[in-house]
Amino acid sequence: MTRLTLPRKLAILSDAAKYDASCASSGSVKRSSLATGGIGSTEGSGICHSYAPDGRCISLLKLLLTNFCVYDCSYCVNRSSSNVPRARFSVEEVVGLTLDFYKRNYIEGLFLSSGIIQSPDYTMEEMVRVARTLRETHRFGGYIHLKVIPNASPELLAEAGRHADRLSTNIELPTDVSLETLAPEKKPSAIRTAMAHIEAKREESRPDGKIEGKRKPTKLAPAGQSTQMIVGADRATDATILGRSAALYSGYGLKRVYYSAFSPIPDASSKLPLAPPPLMREHRLYQADWLIRFYGFNVDEIVSGGADGLLDLKLDPKLAWALAHRGQFPVDVNRAARELLLRVPGLGVRVVDRILSSRRHHRLTLADLARMAGSIDKVRPFVEADDWSPGGLTDDAKLRGKLTPAPKQLELF
Amino acid sequence: MRAVRLAALNDFDEWRAAARRLLLDAVPPDEVVWLDPTTPHDLFVSEAAVEQVTERRVGVVPQRFIDWAEAGICHSDPERFALLYRLLWRLQKDRGLMEARSDPDVGQLDRRVSAVRRDAHKLKAFVRFRSVADASGLERFAAWFEPEHYVLERVAPFFVRRFTGMMWAIVTPYRSAFWDGENLEFGPGGHKADVPAEDAMEDAWKSYFASIFNPARLKVAMMKSEMPVKYWRNLPEAELIPSLIRGAKAAEAEMIERQASIPPSRHMRRAERQVDEVVPEVEITSLSAARDAIEGCRRCPLYEMATQAVFGEGPAHAEVMFVGEQPGDQEDLAGKPFVGPAGKVFDAAMTEAGMDRDRAYVTNAVKHFKFVPRGKKRLHQRPNMGEVKACRFWLDLEREFVKPKLIVALGATAVASLAGSGTTLSSVRGKLTELTDGTRMFATVHPSYLLRMPDRAEAARERERFVADLREIGRLLG
Repeated sequence: MTRLTLPRKLAILSDAAKYDASCASSGSVKRSSLATGGIGSTEGSGICHSYAPDGRCISLLKLLLTNFCVYDCSYCVNRSSSNVPRARFSVEEVVGLTLDFYKRNYIEGLFLSSGIIQSPDYTMEEMVRVARTLRETHRFGGYIHLKVIPNASPELLAEAGRHADRLSTNIELPTDVSLETLAPEKKPSAIRTAMAHIEAKREESRPDGKIEGKRKPTKLAPAGQSTQMIVGADRATDATILGRSAALYSGYGLKRVYYSAFSPIPDASSKLPLAPPPLMREHRLYQADWLIRFYGFNVDEIVSGGADGLLDLKLDPKLAWALAHRGQFPVDVNRAARELLLRVPGLGVRVVDRILSSRRHHRLTLADLARMAGSIDKVRPFVEADDWSPGGLTDDAKLRGKLTPAPKQLELF
Repeated sequence: MRAVRLAALNDFDEWRAAARRLLLDAVPPDEVVWLDPTTPHDLFVSEAAVEQVTERRVGVVPQRFIDWAEAGICHSDPERFALLYRLLWRLQKDRGLMEARSDPDVGQLDRRVSAVRRDAHKLKAFVRFRSVADASGLERFAAWFEPEHYVLERVAPFFVRRFTGMMWAIVTPYRSAFWDGENLEFGPGGHKADVPAEDAMEDAWKSYFASIFNPARLKVAMMKSEMPVKYWRNLPEAELIPSLIRGAKAAEAEMIERQASIPPSRHMRRAERQVDEVVPEVEITSLSAARDAIEGCRRCPLYEMATQAVFGEGPAHAEVMFVGEQPGDQEDLAGKPFVGPAGKVFDAAMTEAGMDRDRAYVTNAVKHFKFVPRGKKRLHQRPNMGEVKACRFWLDLEREFVKPKLIVALGATAVASLAGSGTTLSSVRGKLTELTDGTRMFATVHPSYLLRMPDRAEAARERERFVADLREIGRLLG
């Protein structure tokens, strides 16, 4: 085989990584290079250093260590039966690229994944070696996200967690049956067990307030773990997808579940559907996921705003839910509890907090609300204010039509 | 009318000193004209230099005002100093003013602060360092950036924390910042030509930018809202954007066009090797074979949400087998039975009764954790009879291979699993009964029952009863 140049490898192995939706660099511990004299810091919130024309934030150098893979997962461009060009980085090459890019302020850190070569342990060990070299040899303080190879030994996962800010194990599909059909070599229980191992190790590493004088154990993967689920490659409904997410959040303390609309890939397997799902479905899932985590909705409530276990593509899930549950409205902005205000379409967490702090000083009018919320077209039919009552508007049969955006606005660009 | 000229564009301490003086002299806001070093001289007002006032308390303001003023003073709006003084003046009479987001002055400062924070954030994000060639071989970096507001001083410490081990300079039109590895210094503003026009890594960065973009997901408006076009001229990768957008449709069509081809020979060879590896269905002939086989259990739907099956644990030929209900949250994560809170109660009671858990085989009637997710917790759900029956296959295998002299049912589910759904716990509690195959069964409560009792005195009594039951079991085993 001819030797590939480094730029050629970079092109192949970043192209191979572009189907993974997760690229956050937030939520880790604070680290500064002032203490070490090295390079790199993390300060809690992540920074997007650029945006690709697909609208996605570029915050990390997202690479595969190699796109050779012994697995043959239908949805994956790197599956062993695919004819994509293959390449493999050395550990030193990834380390060098990360440092060179970081020093120019192109990136917040590294997101390293890999095809599975030889064995899960061998592959994981190579990835851990990249992280260890960056941290120990180069005193690198930037963000590191490592993809977990299921079935790698618990010791390797623990070492990965000592160097990485975040670990992720991709669940890929919401049901075990789908995963077995489309990814025959992947074992769903191995994926969940890897998440459980990491959660258990993270639990152990959490500083125990009761032990005084003892040095705090190093936090393991302080930015937590995440996962990715592919949407639209199987026939799973949104209810099934969100049900799986809820189980993952509650079981393994996941920070994020990323939803990735199945994307056309070159050299696609014939097992995949011909047409990709609308990107709007992915967007609605993110909105629903958000409502479940921060607004006190449960999965059944969210999907009850749509039909047949699918979210409404035309309306955001909170508005869809409110239209289907009009009996619970209007909500009085001067009196209602936080939980109820959070259920009003168009009122986000920040606006609700502003309502709560402002109404201690004076009674709120619709104009006050408009100043705090920005736009209140969506809000008006669902609230009562000092000078406003929606009257029959809440139950108006045409309300849905009035609040549905014109079709051309539905396009995401 | 008094005019105050400040020496710096954005120095909060300097403004504060002047404002304290004015407040002390009770000068109302509409009688002050604020000038920064770039404001032309006004013939009709006389300018006063800022003079320091003693550290006597002049007025009181909430912390939020200080925080917002420190940011708001970096805004490029020429009225920024006046706005701050007006708010300071009003705050003396209305302490709660900063809470009133609907007030026009507060609202204006709020928007100024947001704009400054946004601009500071963009400076952190979009600075692009270029390596400066140096004869001595020392690597140094320089960047040109055009902020909308006067934010360099606010953000420079961030770059110090991030690039401590690097020598760098950031040049903006109004000011420059230098870090030599030890000291941060500021100098006058500069020009784009002051920093190198290119960098050796830029081609690699552009190649990365082009490759990580997925042409099937074009969302140009989203990109522009997060990365406004005004910043593009100093971002090396931005010159690729128009051609990437133009070529997206064709690139997507090409991806779809390239449907499954004949797999590479490497894949075919591996596929051939794997044909023989398919494991045929075999009869389970040992405890360890059962343990392996349960991993693929699909007898009921519980496997799908649980992490893993939790098989029994203990000596292969233990005299006594304890059967609980099902693994809980911690058992599900660890893959071992009775390691959570109920397991701790069980262990303590065993010790107190003089029993050795290590000599017992401990398992559950149902091997997968049943729960409903509630936020960050998984709430235990009692398994139904269908699930208990489906799982009896595995419990029967455990009984067959371990052949215990005595089986202890812990709780109602275990009793129903072992003796049939007609048998209640209360009818067999503390008694020795015989199962259909002749094995002796002793029934008692599940240790988690003791955890759930709200009344402490009653819980203590029930615990005593449980320990007494365990003692009885010890006696029965001889």
